[in-house]
Amino acid sequence: MQEIIEELEKKRQRARLGGGRKRIDKQHAKGKLTARERIEVLLDQDSFEEWDMFVEHRCTDFDMGKETIPGDGVVTGYGAINGRLVFIFSQDFTVFGGSLSASHAEKICKIMDQAMKVGAPVIGLNDSGGARIQEGVDSLAGYAEVFQRNVMASGVIPQISLIMGPCAGGAVYSPAITDFIFMVENTSYMFVTGPDVVKTVTHENVTHEDLGGALTHTTRSGVADKAFANDVEALLSLRQFVDFLPANNTENPPIRPTNDPWDRADNSLDSIVPDNTNKPYDMRELLKKVVDEGEFFELQPDYAGNILTGFSRIEGRTVGFVANQPMVLAGCLDINSAIKAARFVRFCDCFNIPVITFVDVPGFLPGTSQEHGGIITHGAKLLYAYAECTVPKITVITRKAYGGAYDVMSSKHLRGDVNFAWPSAEIAVMGPKGAVEIIFRGDLDDQEKISERITNYRERFANPFVVGHRGFIDDVIMPHTTRMRLAKSLRMLQGKNIINPWRKHGNIPL
Amino acid sequence: MWVGDARIFFLPQLMECGYLSETKHVNRHISKRHTWECCVLNGKRESMFKKILIANRGEIACRIIKTARQMGIKTVAVYSDADRASLHKSLADESACIGPGPSAESYLNMDNIVHAIKATGADAVHPGYGFLSENADFARRVEGEGVTFIGPSADAISAMGDKIESKLLANKAKINTVPGHEDAIYNPDHAVQIGKAVGYPILLKASAGGGGKGIRIAWNDKECREGLERAINEARSSFGDDRVFIEKFIEQPRHIEVQIIADKYGNTIHLHERECSIQRRHQKILEEAPSSFLNESTRKAMGEEAVSLAKAVGYYSAGTVEFVVDSSKNFYFLEMNTRLQVEHSVTEYITGLDLVEMMIRIAAGEQLGVQQKDVKFQGWAVEARIYAEDPLRNFLPSIGRIENYIPPRECSTVRVDTGVYEGDQISVYYDPMIAKLITYGEDRINAISRMRKALDAFFIRGVRHNIQFLASLVSHPRFISGDITTNFINDEYPEGFIASNLSLESASLQVVVAAAIHRTYQDLESQISSQKKFRNYHVSNDWIVVLRSTKYPVVVRPESGGFGVVIEGKKHVLKTVWKPGEVLLHGSIDGIEVCFQIEREGIAYRITHGGAQDDVMVLTKRTAELYLLMPVKKLPDSTNFLMSPMPGLLLSIDINVGQQVKTGEPLAVIEAMKMENVLRAERDAVVAHIKVQVGDSLMVDQVIMEFE
Repeated sequence: MQEIIEELEKKRQRARLGGGRKRIDKQHAKGKLTARERIEVLLDQDSFEEWDMFVEHRCTDFDMGKETIPGDGVVTGYGAINGRLVFIFSQDFTVFGGSLSASHAEKICKIMDQAMKVGAPVIGLNDSGGARIQEGVDSLAGYAEVFQRNVMASGVIPQISLIMGPCAGGAVYSPAITDFIFMVENTSYMFVTGPDVVKTVTHENVTHEDLGGALTHTTRSGVADKAFANDVEALLSLRQFVDFLPANNTENPPIRPTNDPWDRADNSLDSIVPDNTNKPYDMRELLKKVVDEGEFFELQPDYAGNILTGFSRIEGRTVGFVANQPMVLAGCLDINSAIKAARFVRFCDCFNIPVITFVDVPGFLPGTSQEHGGIITHGAKLLYAYAECTVPKITVITRKAYGGAYDVMSSKHLRGDVNFAWPSAEIAVMGPKGAVEIIFRGDLDDQEKISERITNYRERFANPFVVGHRGFIDDVIMPHTTRMRLAKSLRMLQGKNIINPWRKHGNIPL
Repeated sequence: MWVGDARIFFLPQLMECGYLSETKHVNRHISKRHTWECCVLNGKRESMFKKILIANRGEIACRIIKTARQMGIKTVAVYSDADRASLHKSLADESACIGPGPSAESYLNMDNIVHAIKATGADAVHPGYGFLSENADFARRVEGEGVTFIGPSADAISAMGDKIESKLLANKAKINTVPGHEDAIYNPDHAVQIGKAVGYPILLKASAGGGGKGIRIAWNDKECREGLERAINEARSSFGDDRVFIEKFIEQPRHIEVQIIADKYGNTIHLHERECSIQRRHQKILEEAPSSFLNESTRKAMGEEAVSLAKAVGYYSAGTVEFVVDSSKNFYFLEMNTRLQVEHSVTEYITGLDLVEMMIRIAAGEQLGVQQKDVKFQGWAVEARIYAEDPLRNFLPSIGRIENYIPPRECSTVRVDTGVYEGDQISVYYDPMIAKLITYGEDRINAISRMRKALDAFFIRGVRHNIQFLASLVSHPRFISGDITTNFINDEYPEGFIASNLSLESASLQVVVAAAIHRTYQDLESQISSQKKFRNYHVSNDWIVVLRSTKYPVVVRPESGGFGVVIEGKKHVLKTVWKPGEVLLHGSIDGIEVCFQIEREGIAYRITHGGAQDDVMVLTKRTAELYLLMPVKKLPDSTNFLMSPMPGLLLSIDINVGQQVKTGEPLAVIEAMKMENVLRAERDAVVAHIKVQVGDSLMVDQVIMEFE
């Protein structure tokens, strides 16, 4: 017995050392923490329960049998973030470069299965060289087993990926299916084929960073939701992020107590919309001024900036925000912004998070690049997402809501629960100039007449009353009361219960 | 007779500002200490104005409205299209639009203002400062309409307002002036000749200039030549008057001015001096009264000269005689400002008089009953001008929306003259001064220390501002010692403003605050719902505060009314009722009143205090250890680019591609806020590319040129 206990302790020591001192130092030299250090930063102190510490690979080809390391390149288990249960796997780059063997994959699958049974989020800390080539198809099978579980867990438990090192080839598709991908600047990258293959096939010279670094994926591809300066910042930010999410799709998001008065008025909002309708303003300011403690966890802040998405709280409860951003492309909808917002709305709908939409949208972005790029299909995604969504939906039109974009942005017609307009709202089929040039085509040569007609059109339609008469909005509210009105509406909607007709699944225009 | 002796105004107890008290002063603009009793005399109250039109904007318009209201006089605000939603417009009883945004078409447009006077039936006009305040034609025109101009006579304005004329006049009155050339100069050769004769350094001054605009300094022939052309251009575009003259530049000078006030019956007195030596590019930014430099005899001599100059032109109303004082206390007349000065408020604090009220009463024909011997001063007042400008970008003007605006609470010792509100716009058309912050103390040290606290509590976001810079100035040992000259900022901030190094003492204050904030957030997070109790969850008291790469281990415990924070065995007590989300933490540390500005930025807390702004992290011991392994981020290298430091219009590019430039050589000129800003080479380099064209509108950080 004593021997076994001693042996156990030895094995634990060995497992904790991962790939050994030398490799750990190398990891540190790159500015990266080890798999276990990362868990220490991410989870509440002493809350981590590790599983499968003694798992080793079973490969004997290529002399692999000679070297086994307990844990086999991934640390798995569960623990707590601010007392709330999360499952976690953290790939260990110091052990076989974090490469995925059959047993490595089994460990991941095991905690995913357990997370599904108990209904708790799974957080993956990815730092892996890819497939363990020596294991051949066993490794490929391992990936697919993980993918299948990612798909089954999608919409049931939140899944979050934090890319903290390489993530290449097939490995990228597990994070791709998870709900959120975060990256660490300078030390992480993701791509399907690396720079060497790119060079051979297309003769392009490209660095790891340019091809799939954090900057690329947070500004150009939109693959990642946010990048952080280093491991510690990323992990601590993830703690803040998890605080917004429910444990699974049957629970409500957690409530964090707040001292921020629900009826706090902010008079400066009365002047946020400029008199000149062509002048931009920062929608972020509005968001920060209506939410609890001014905290807005923005997602994809540097991608498709014409729409803002992210989480905040009102009266301590998580709310998902979607807002057109007039500062970028006048806040119009385009392919990227539609996809960005659609995926966010669907996440909120999966996990019982009310969606508040701030609308200032002049329409869809015109042009061949948009049409040829398939704005019809991609724009429809956002329409589909809002229409399908059954969580509480509140809409505030701050200024422009023109044309089809008005319909799309959580309008009453797409089952918006509460639709408000500010006095500055202009809800119309299109901007005054465009409308007049169509309706009064015959007068196009007479500039004076046209400009008079534009003025008339503006007076007639550039206000919230036309839709007010029809009940398309529920009320016109003063900007400074916005927080209070949102809080009241959210309280009223807490009991909302509508169910879409049974179907296997809808057919969103992918 | 004066209603009582001026001294009675000191009696209101100098109550300390109660940061913790919930008292809100409804009167946001002028604090209660000035129960500015009516200062004038001789009855004839029925002749007091019924309605005053204020031909100005911003804080001074608000300031004048305040006094007029206290006197029971109705007010009319005038506003441009750009000021439709301005504070001064909303404060006045009536308002009238006087044209589009550019000043030349509105606040300088006499026709429109006169039209507004007639339309509203105002019987007097207060011009404030700047704009038409020193325009004799305007004064004449107003009087011609049968409306009283609240200021000196048009003749006095033309005599003294023109800097060349006033100098001749002063010479005639045997008042000592700075050597120079009194005629307008257009020819660079002529300028160089005079420069040589007077001896460098010299000043090139726009005759119609003021408030620091239109003044250039030249240290040699080359700068004299270059500067003349720019000075003439700037004078023409800013003032519509291209006359520029030259005078000797006095080194180690102090700027000390004397406030005078005179009625229409020849009674002329002075209200002592103000020192305005803290200037940046000849623009005053910190003023105080009295001056710490003057002795009684100099004070008396300067006052007397100021009074005799005023008498020489038959001056009435409020006016200011500016002197430059050298290190031996020789003083030279600089110019006379025939209007209310921006910094009049410090004089009001120490004398207990309301200068605006005095101006109004004098204009209404009342007589000054007070005699020179009755004018006493008590205590010390300091004024800081809050500008929308970016000290980290060479003080370039910052325009846009004021997203957050929380001035310090006013009380007997803190006064805020403000011209904006939260949500207001700083427009491109006007002077970027947002507000004046004035503090009072029994002595200079007290006034300065209150200024420091008040600056800590002044929260502005959205536009860049100079509050941190001001905080750094008023904490500067040399400023505190009173050893100042108009070169102070050039001497002490030769590289411009760089966020000051924290003193050890203020570092420990920041650590205390960061620890307490973090503890509060941890408490909040520990109460989040749907927890699984893996262990007895309690919020830890042991943390490591990481401030500027230094780790401070702390033990922080909630105590009644605040926190006890132990740093290296020394316990500090923070009393505060701060709650998460509040941007100002008011309270006391070890019994000393403090205010910190707090913003949560990701995982860090951005703490602003005492002129320093830091992102502070509070980590567990283990995380702090691991944090040490994180690489230090390198900032992107921008030294190879010339970037536009502000939004503006590119006026000229002074070099060509391939040209070798020397450090300090002008590269491009950008016009913003009507100022021509010369961008100079920061090092020797060869120009590789020019990315923009003359006439382009530039954004902040837009690349203008690239070097090899």
